[in-house]
Amino acid sequence: MGKYPIAEDELMTPGHLACQGCGATQAMRYALKALGQKTIVVMPACCWSVIDGPFPHTSLKVPIFHTAFETAGSVASGVKAGLEMRGDSETTVLAWAGDGGTFDIGLQALSGAAERNEDIVYCCYDNEAYMNTGIQRSSATPPGAWTTTTPRGDRKRRPKKKIIEILAAHGIPYIATASVAYPNDLIAKFQKAKGIRGTKFIHVFAPCPTGWKSAPELTVKLARLAVESRLFPLLEVENGHYKLNKDIPQKPVREYLSLQGRFSDMTEEEIQRLERDIDEFWQSLLIKENSGGLLPGITS
Amino acid sequence: MKIVIEGNHALSYGAKAANVDVVSAYPITPQTQVVEKLSEMCASGELDAKFIKVESEHSAMAAVVGASAAGARAFTATSSQGLLLMHEILHWAVGARLPIVLGNINRAVGPPWSIWTDQNDSLSQRDTGLLQYYCESNQEVFDTVLLAFKVSETVMLPTMIVLDAFFLSHTSEIVEVFGPEEGAKFLPPFKPVDYLTPDNPMAFGNLTSPDSYYELRYKINKDTLRALDVAKEADEEFEKIYGRSYGIIEEYRTEGADTILVTSGTVTSTARAVVDAWRDKGRKLGLLKMRLFRPFPIEDVRRVLGNRKKVVVIDRNIGFSIGGIWAQEVKAALWNMRKQIPIFGFIAGIGGRDITPDVINEILDIADRLEYPEEEVYWIGVKDGQISYSRR
Ligand SMILES: Cc1ncc(C[n+]2csc(CCOP(=O)(O)OP(=O)(O)O)c2C)c(N)n1
Ligand SMILES: [Mg+2]
Repeated sequence: MGKYPIAEDELMTPGHLACQGCGATQAMRYALKALGQKTIVVMPACCWSVIDGPFPHTSLKVPIFHTAFETAGSVASGVKAGLEMRGDSETTVLAWAGDGGTFDIGLQALSGAAERNEDIVYCCYDNEAYMNTGIQRSSATPPGAWTTTTPRGDRKRRPKKKIIEILAAHGIPYIATASVAYPNDLIAKFQKAKGIRGTKFIHVFAPCPTGWKSAPELTVKLARLAVESRLFPLLEVENGHYKLNKDIPQKPVREYLSLQGRFSDMTEEEIQRLERDIDEFWQSLLIKENSGGLLPGITS
Repeated sequence: MKIVIEGNHALSYGAKAANVDVVSAYPITPQTQVVEKLSEMCASGELDAKFIKVESEHSAMAAVVGASAAGARAFTATSSQGLLLMHEILHWAVGARLPIVLGNINRAVGPPWSIWTDQNDSLSQRDTGLLQYYCESNQEVFDTVLLAFKVSETVMLPTMIVLDAFFLSHTSEIVEVFGPEEGAKFLPPFKPVDYLTPDNPMAFGNLTSPDSYYELRYKINKDTLRALDVAKEADEEFEKIYGRSYGIIEEYRTEGADTILVTSGTVTSTARAVVDAWRDKGRKLGLLKMRLFRPFPIEDVRRVLGNRKKVVVIDRNIGFSIGGIWAQEVKAALWNMRKQIPIFGFIAGIGGRDITPDVINEILDIADRLEYPEEEVYWIGVKDGQISYSRR
């Protein structure tokens, strides 16, 4: 590390296949800066299986194993066990999955890995839909959003699945949310995760201009607005203790919504309901934080 | 050391003798004892391996894929629904060229629920590309674990070892077993060429274009064919060290035989006795035991069957509308010899129904009576009463 707080080494190269303004690509670049060269990436089907580049190319300077959609948690567990049996307990195994691979089809394998407290970093980069296959709804798609499977007239109604709560219920040592709009915070969280043994889950908010119908140059702004509007609060759950980042002044959610085509059909009533949901969610997080200790049934 | 163990434990002891590094498995009847024994072995330190106790067979297979990709020797075991749940990752293990060994206890597939033996679970994985060995005795199961790793690690393809539910899995037999030190004489530690390590970063399994995928499949096919010779050589080497061998097929009393009975799995043992009885009566009957299903030993099958008057195949499985799967394979293997040998296909014992000497005699009597089969497939022992019992 030179004069900058962030590592200058690039473990991700240009020439990858991401769309302009892809948040997932920024997330990978920062995460690898934090984790360093001794990292192995396990990559289930997602946009990143394409972004990495076609055979025989790769845009990562660390080993990467592409695997089936629902196997990030299970394959990463196996890689870790294999490394340990070969005498390498140093290398970080990074499972890198989309929201579909995490909230939906890969939830079972992730739950298994977390329950066993496998010594892996599991990152879910969340672009709030199945983007690889062309913008279909996932259980991370927010209410009010358009996708190709929640088209006009039948937009997403159900709330976004509370993945952090699900992971917290497993009693793993470290859970965090992070955003590509806050790279220092994101990098610090991955670095912290690297130093902890057991399952670490990091949920990274990663805008997708193609799927969100937003301008590519607004990716960082949108990621920032999601945090500021408290749609995506920055937090950590360490050994069951919630710690909420309350330093960021709240902004109304409307600007965030108005910059994305996917929300253009939202009615005034829907927006007001969303605002109430945001407040309730924030309150629930405060309660968890203020409980000051472990939630019932959660032990480290 | 000679001990009395069931087939499932023969798999566990085999994995120990192979000194596996990583085990991952999920319990299912009739495979559970494999998992239990390996858990004990790992817990006591008797086997220096990591056991990943996953939440499903899909994850079990995925976990051994990960371990194998990291350069470890990896083992799993399952049966029936569990194998079917693994299906996607079986393909993955083949495409990723990972030398995983999987024990499968042949069990019928639901619905309706049945825990008894038949081969539709493993044979329906035919085109995943896993190599497949079928076993007849517990000793063969134990030995085949070592042989399977040897072949797998040579051609870099995964192998499935198949044994019948209960007839082997839960039947105790005397088995000569040994530990990893003795095993290493035949199977030295796994030395992967390409594996996941930060010392030599590589990407595995990236997106391919039609320009490269085709050749990768071509190479899998080529190495699958190479596995025939590799398996034979491994068998010979095994015999030199331990004094036992099985071949990739086995001929039993085929000399001078007009008719050859073709079997796989434990039916073979019953068939041996039936062949003896027919031979005692002066009948020219022989037996071909199929041990390897994939790669299919076409040349050996042609050599053994190509000059006979009749071939009789017993299938404990069914390819609906087309007949038994082994019979299909045998027909395909013989076709280009242009010999027009009558091949009789018999279905028997599906869902664990006994294949007794009487059943085999009935099969042989039918084949004996006819010059050519009058039916494409014969179902033996179908009960009219059972047929009318259910509306579908
Ligand atoms: C078993 C299986 N079902 C479906 C697919 C097709 N598929 C590939 S990626 C993908 C969506 C991925 O969504 P997400 O995990 O959110 O990642 P993103 O593409 O948005 O980055 C789907 C449905 C697949 N590869 N495997
Ligand atoms: Mg997504």
